[in-house]
Amino acid sequence: MIEHAALQPKGKVQRVLKNQAFKWFCVCCASASVIVLCVLLGSLIKQGVHHFDLDFFKSPPSRKPVKAGLGPAMWGSVWICAVCALTALPLGVATAIFLEEYKPKNRVVKWLHNLLQLNISNLAGVPSIVYGIIGLTAFVQMFGFIGNLNEPGFSFGTREDWYYFQLPFGRGVFAGGLTLMLVILPIVIVSSQEALRAVPNSLREGALACGATKWQMIWTMTLPAAIPGIMTGSILAISRAIGEAAPILVIAGIVFIRFTPAHLMDEFTAMPLQIYDWAGRPQEEFHRVAATGILVLLAVLLTFNATAVFVRQKFQKPLQ
Amino acid sequence: MNVMTLEMKSSTEPTQPDTDATMDVDSSVSDKQVEHKPTPVVDDVLASAETTITVRDFCSWYGSFQALHDLDIDIPGRRVTAFIGPSGCGKSTFLRWINRMNDLIPGARASGTLRLHDDDLLSRAIDVVDLRQRVGMVFQKPNPFPKSIYDNVAFGPKLHFRMKRQDLDELVEQSLRRAALWDEVKDRLKDSALGLSGGQQQRLCIARAISVGPEILLMDEPCSALDPKSTARIEELIADLRDQYTIIIVTHNMQQAARVSDLTAYFFEGKLIESGATDMIFTQPTNSHTEDYISGRFG
Repeated sequence: MIEHAALQPKGKVQRVLKNQAFKWFCVCCASASVIVLCVLLGSLIKQGVHHFDLDFFKSPPSRKPVKAGLGPAMWGSVWICAVCALTALPLGVATAIFLEEYKPKNRVVKWLHNLLQLNISNLAGVPSIVYGIIGLTAFVQMFGFIGNLNEPGFSFGTREDWYYFQLPFGRGVFAGGLTLMLVILPIVIVSSQEALRAVPNSLREGALACGATKWQMIWTMTLPAAIPGIMTGSILAISRAIGEAAPILVIAGIVFIRFTPAHLMDEFTAMPLQIYDWAGRPQEEFHRVAATGILVLLAVLLTFNATAVFVRQKFQKPLQ
Repeated sequence: MNVMTLEMKSSTEPTQPDTDATMDVDSSVSDKQVEHKPTPVVDDVLASAETTITVRDFCSWYGSFQALHDLDIDIPGRRVTAFIGPSGCGKSTFLRWINRMNDLIPGARASGTLRLHDDDLLSRAIDVVDLRQRVGMVFQKPNPFPKSIYDNVAFGPKLHFRMKRQDLDELVEQSLRRAALWDEVKDRLKDSALGLSGGQQQRLCIARAISVGPEILLMDEPCSALDPKSTARIEELIADLRDQYTIIIVTHNMQQAARVSDLTAYFFEGKLIESGATDMIFTQPTNSHTEDYISGRFG
């Protein structure tokens, strides 16, 4: 029999101290990341702000740091992101719908279904440079099956037309956009799946019990309820695509581009690539230009992320 | 097993003329392969009804677990049938076979006879979309869609019919009136259905179910998530709808079964222990097990 009164109590002061110390330890850890971000932003602004004017957005890159601008790179980013978003969204959402809404009952099909799911989850972790190399062989060169870069196997229009199209795609906007599509597709699929999973089953049952077909159920019930979640995930994925340099580097290469793309097969450069180019130059002045470029890129990314948060807050309605 | 099936009047001619043209009530349910156990007709209300759903030797499984064993029952048309029994006794499972909602559950299968008039509900050939238009369902927890009140009721008709706006408006009003909800919501049809109270939501779900013009309404414990006052309103509503629809209600509440139903079926562990006129079941059950349950000795 143990008498509680006879037991040796733990030190009270020590207990209180430990309690407080742990709390402050957590506060310090949390502030570390914020401090790093602030220092980074501060130094960037200090370096880059004097170069920051309207001309910077308009003018093409130049050999003189004072004249150098981000114009073609910004437009290049807009082009590839448009291609990327327009291909990744339908593909990703449709795949997510297939995975979430068409669960197989058959054992063999179920196995294939799980394999596909595993595959997609793993693809989300593949380094983006690998996608760059896939894009290079599959989109730029098309495995060499259809002509080569100098003599395309198929072409439509001339290089001066806005609708010019060729196979293989070559080192153009289209190949770049499709490669970025590969990078963000797993993210779009997984986040869309999560949005669909968040739709309560009672809504699906309700729709089916009214006599809806599966298509009617998805189109009128599940998808509208999941759209805010899908949008949030997709916007974040596209913001990742904007900041991605490695795959674009493989596709476009470091090239000196003075013009905005005129058609889908046109050569291009993108913001991260241009920044990479500037930062790698020996002249100190170019490093400042790079800092200005980073500021612009960060502003774009923060805008995208803020939009995602806004969409989540504004359009995410309760479903039950 | 002591299964008592209810004997209907041998002639299955409808006693009242069908006013609803969309119902294809077939009066010749003559090819009954399964013999009827002759039991005395005890209730005029039930005796005058014709059989809508015929169930013979009905078994159901989830994977290898047998949830229902050899059910035999005739469910009368335009009457209220209540399924009672403790949790997990299979009454909801059976209900969900009638509109084939069990198709959604992997591994669910059934054998035996389950007929709605002359249609074999277990056949692969049956179109579940048509079936669910004929057999509406109201769930345990009110599940209004995250849409406006109007769109909730208009949802079903829009799936099935090409309708003019005016006709749709009229149908929505008619359905809401029938569900005794119109007066409460007529000024805010465009508001979200999620803003309604629980009882109103459940009546909205009933309006939604009847808006597609079903013949049968399945109700899976429709009042278990509601307060007594809302429950009373739903029960009143069931009494009103009884003339137009065949209603099957699953309930845990024996008083409710006694109040609203004409026929009561008592389930226990996947078996139909006893079925018969509600008055009989509650006053003179033939099976001692039923008696124990309804008198609250267990369950």
